Amino acid sequence: MTDLTKLTLAGARDALKKKEFTSLELTDAYLGAIEGAAALNAYVTVTGDEAREMAKASDLKLGKGQGGALEGLPLGIKDLFATKGVLTTACSHILDGFKPPYESQVTSNLWRDGAVMLGKLNNDEFAMGSSNETSFYGPVVNPWRRKGEETKIVPGGSSGGSSSAVAAKLCLAATATDTGGSIRQPAAFTGTVGIKPTYGRCSRWGIVAFASSLDQAGPIARDVRDAAIMLRSMAGYDDKDSTSVDRPVPDYEAALGQSLKGLRVGIPKEYRVDGMPAEIDALWQKGIDWLKAAGAEIVDVSLPHTKYALPTYYIVAPAECSSNLARYDGVRYGLRVEGKDITDMYEKTRAAGFGAEVRRRVLIGTYVLSAGYYDAYYLKAQQVRTLIARDFAEAYTKCDVLLTPTAPSAAFGIGEKTADPLSMYLNDVFTVTVNLAGLPGISVPAGLSSDGLPLGLQLIGKTFDEETLFRVAYALEEAAQFKAEPAVWWRA
Amino acid sequence: MMRNREPRSEDLIKGMTGDWEIVLGLEVHAQVTSKAKLFSGASAEFGAEPNTQVSFVDAAMPGMLPVINRYCVEQAVKTGLGLKAQINLRSIFDRKNYFYPDLPQGYQISQFKNPVVGEGEIVIDLAGGRSEVIGIERLHLEQDAGKSIHDLGPAASHVDLNRSGVALMEIVSKPDMRSADEAKAYVTKLRTILRYLGTCDGNMEEGSLRADVNVSVRKPGGPLGTRCEIKNVNSIRFIGQAIEYEARRQIEILEEGGKIVQETRLFDPKAGETRSMRSKEEAHDYRYFPDPDLLPLELKQADVDAIKARLPELPDDKKARLISEFGLSAYDATVLVGEKATADFFEAVAKGRDAKLASNWVTVELFGALNREGHSIETSPVSAEHLGKLIDLIADGTISGRIAKQIFESMYKTGGDPAEIVEKEGLRQVTDTTAIEAAIDAVIAANPDKVEQAKAKPSLAGWFVGQVMKSTSGKANPQVVNEILARKLGLSSEG
Repeated sequence: MTDLTKLTLAGARDALKKKEFTSLELTDAYLGAIEGAAALNAYVTVTGDEAREMAKASDLKLGKGQGGALEGLPLGIKDLFATKGVLTTACSHILDGFKPPYESQVTSNLWRDGAVMLGKLNNDEFAMGSSNETSFYGPVVNPWRRKGEETKIVPGGSSGGSSSAVAAKLCLAATATDTGGSIRQPAAFTGTVGIKPTYGRCSRWGIVAFASSLDQAGPIARDVRDAAIMLRSMAGYDDKDSTSVDRPVPDYEAALGQSLKGLRVGIPKEYRVDGMPAEIDALWQKGIDWLKAAGAEIVDVSLPHTKYALPTYYIVAPAECSSNLARYDGVRYGLRVEGKDITDMYEKTRAAGFGAEVRRRVLIGTYVLSAGYYDAYYLKAQQVRTLIARDFAEAYTKCDVLLTPTAPSAAFGIGEKTADPLSMYLNDVFTVTVNLAGLPGISVPAGLSSDGLPLGLQLIGKTFDEETLFRVAYALEEAAQFKAEPAVWWRA
Repeated sequence: MMRNREPRSEDLIKGMTGDWEIVLGLEVHAQVTSKAKLFSGASAEFGAEPNTQVSFVDAAMPGMLPVINRYCVEQAVKTGLGLKAQINLRSIFDRKNYFYPDLPQGYQISQFKNPVVGEGEIVIDLAGGRSEVIGIERLHLEQDAGKSIHDLGPAASHVDLNRSGVALMEIVSKPDMRSADEAKAYVTKLRTILRYLGTCDGNMEEGSLRADVNVSVRKPGGPLGTRCEIKNVNSIRFIGQAIEYEARRQIEILEEGGKIVQETRLFDPKAGETRSMRSKEEAHDYRYFPDPDLLPLELKQADVDAIKARLPELPDDKKARLISEFGLSAYDATVLVGEKATADFFEAVAKGRDAKLASNWVTVELFGALNREGHSIETSPVSAEHLGKLIDLIADGTISGRIAKQIFESMYKTGGDPAEIVEKEGLRQVTDTTAIEAAIDAVIAANPDKVEQAKAKPSLAGWFVGQVMKSTSGKANPQVVNEILARKLGLSSEG
């Protein structure tokens, strides 16, 4: 039998329907691949027994010609999603041993459609990071390496476990979350496709919160079609999430292959930042040329408040996280470090339970919300946020979708940026605007850097216009013909 | 803005350096009457076993999200309308951040800058028929915290999260009150209004209604003094005591040349004094910000109008109607409307009957008995229907007023129907003139000397009436007795 893990999600789906193999065989192939990939540290929990049970149940349905859209397809789940009875820690020490008695809405939707859970994927602690180096369970390694080097490369973050696992074929696709770029940047760093849908498209219920007004779930997948299939299952209204939006979920897959004739693609001039590598700029130009060749009209647009996006993000996100993480106090679940009184217990628990990056953001957030600073920081940031959203609304009077690079550079080496939080934060410069405005954004692999690492292009859509995003992303994918794969060096 | 009030000399406190005026504002926390909590579907019932009414949201499990309970919002709007207040069609829920073991989220969801209800007013009723208008600053919705329990063991504290997330309305008055009596009248009236509306049961013992009292003193009409806030006072009597104590404490400090420190204080009912809890410097920085898990609370004017149209008659309106419709005194009307159930009871009794008689029977006889026996109007053994029948029996001459009291006592004991009691105990009034004449003749025949005396001194006729009533066990119609007796004794009937 050929290696079943080579198939895409769509390919495996069609093959299962044709009974070319069983879900159990497919699942076992993945469990084997995961076992041989410990060096990547992509999974923090593997649920092999449960996966095989789910696969068997799927095979029964498939045998009867039944089953949902994802019947029998093995997926990886970011550890931020609560999975009933399965360790869910957000890769933080403070959630030691926490097994939620509930299942997140997004993963419930996946199981409803027949998907099989392989296990939980590593991520930056509480999704705070751009390189997956802040996880309590250690850094995730990118399957990609620089040409002729053995330096360990980051898979991006915070959904580094998801991007690494998809790129290394340790699952067909993975769930991820994106607060400032945590789906798109890891996708760009690993040659995979990642989409952050419109805020409100996927339920946040049961996802460990980082910054509530920015957090949104989405998939990381091997290609645009797989991402479209995944998002259709993940998305949907949920009355348990007050910010979820009640509108039907379209068949995103149906949008693929539609013509770009008459479509206007905006190129925001503010995304041409100083010091950006020439190869990123060149790739962007290639993307423009590809879309033009596919029939789209290219228009120059301006998003004048872009330069304020990063500072705005690094006020809003920490402010919300400082409050969202207050519940981890050692009283009810997770880690508790005893102290001489309640305050001492809080302090010892939180000092031991949170890593340096989380502590940094909790402190920043506490500071920007405190009396006397609120107006200058948080309130101002919210005002700028409105202006950023207005920039996009203005741009969309002239175009239907925007094309930008996903990240200002290719993936970097593990440890190369950990000493300098600001240069780490700069990774998000092209992605945070999308979260601040609540828009959908997708990253599509478009080429390799001079040293052989994947690079991605980002498409930003109008609110709830994921269909256009998928249509353009598919055209980009067709034109780019990105077929490169990482050499398999990690297999034990 | 506070009301500009001329100081009343009766309200002033005499100090060593002259008179002092108390300025009071109240923040009342009223638990919203609702089956479920403000942001979760868990039950809000009082008195359940610890931690049996806790949803994943209430326990702040990771990834759990609040969803507004629209019924609680409706209750808040209803209360706002009952306080004749501005209803804000757009309001915002904020997070108030602080660490406490009974606050699982590490923040309380409240409304800070944009409350659901704005300015309104309450008319309070005071001794001697005086009333005052007290301004309402705002009303907002917020979550209650859980309860810390420290006395189950020497080494550990416990937390009961049943209350965690229960909906509260915080109703903030303007600093318009000037005496402990006014503050007590304010809470009494607010409680009455809430109970009429059905938006809070007003049960202070169970903690459904508690007050934070802001107290400051000043020279009459002078600039406002520094205030202290007395937290969580849970009875109307304690509110009065706390204010009296706190005002005197502040006056003493000021008269000795000291300064009032703005602080939060606690009232100790056993010692009858307030004690410092924390100073302004120790106050938390709550880091309020809009809760990103919740959208702004939007209301439609049409929905507010619909709630308004369904509002019940409120105490002030009811009082005015009782006065105009039944001719009651302002005092009686005020007493009757204090509880909606009482007013309803009265109306049921008074309908189609003599209102003054009905009012007397309800406020004097029934209330007297209820108070003596520790019953409430809801648990009254005498129903409105039966009390009404009793009054009918008096009105149609079946029984006398005196016998009625005897029947009432029996009704109170047995819950029985007055007509049946009359029949069973043979208490029907005797109006048969032959029978009464015979009784009178017997008394006259037995007391010839008294007859002579009465002829000279007509006021002695009363003695004969008493004797006749005695011999008829009180059943003789007193009017008939008077008439016959006057004729027999040769007196005028007016005698």
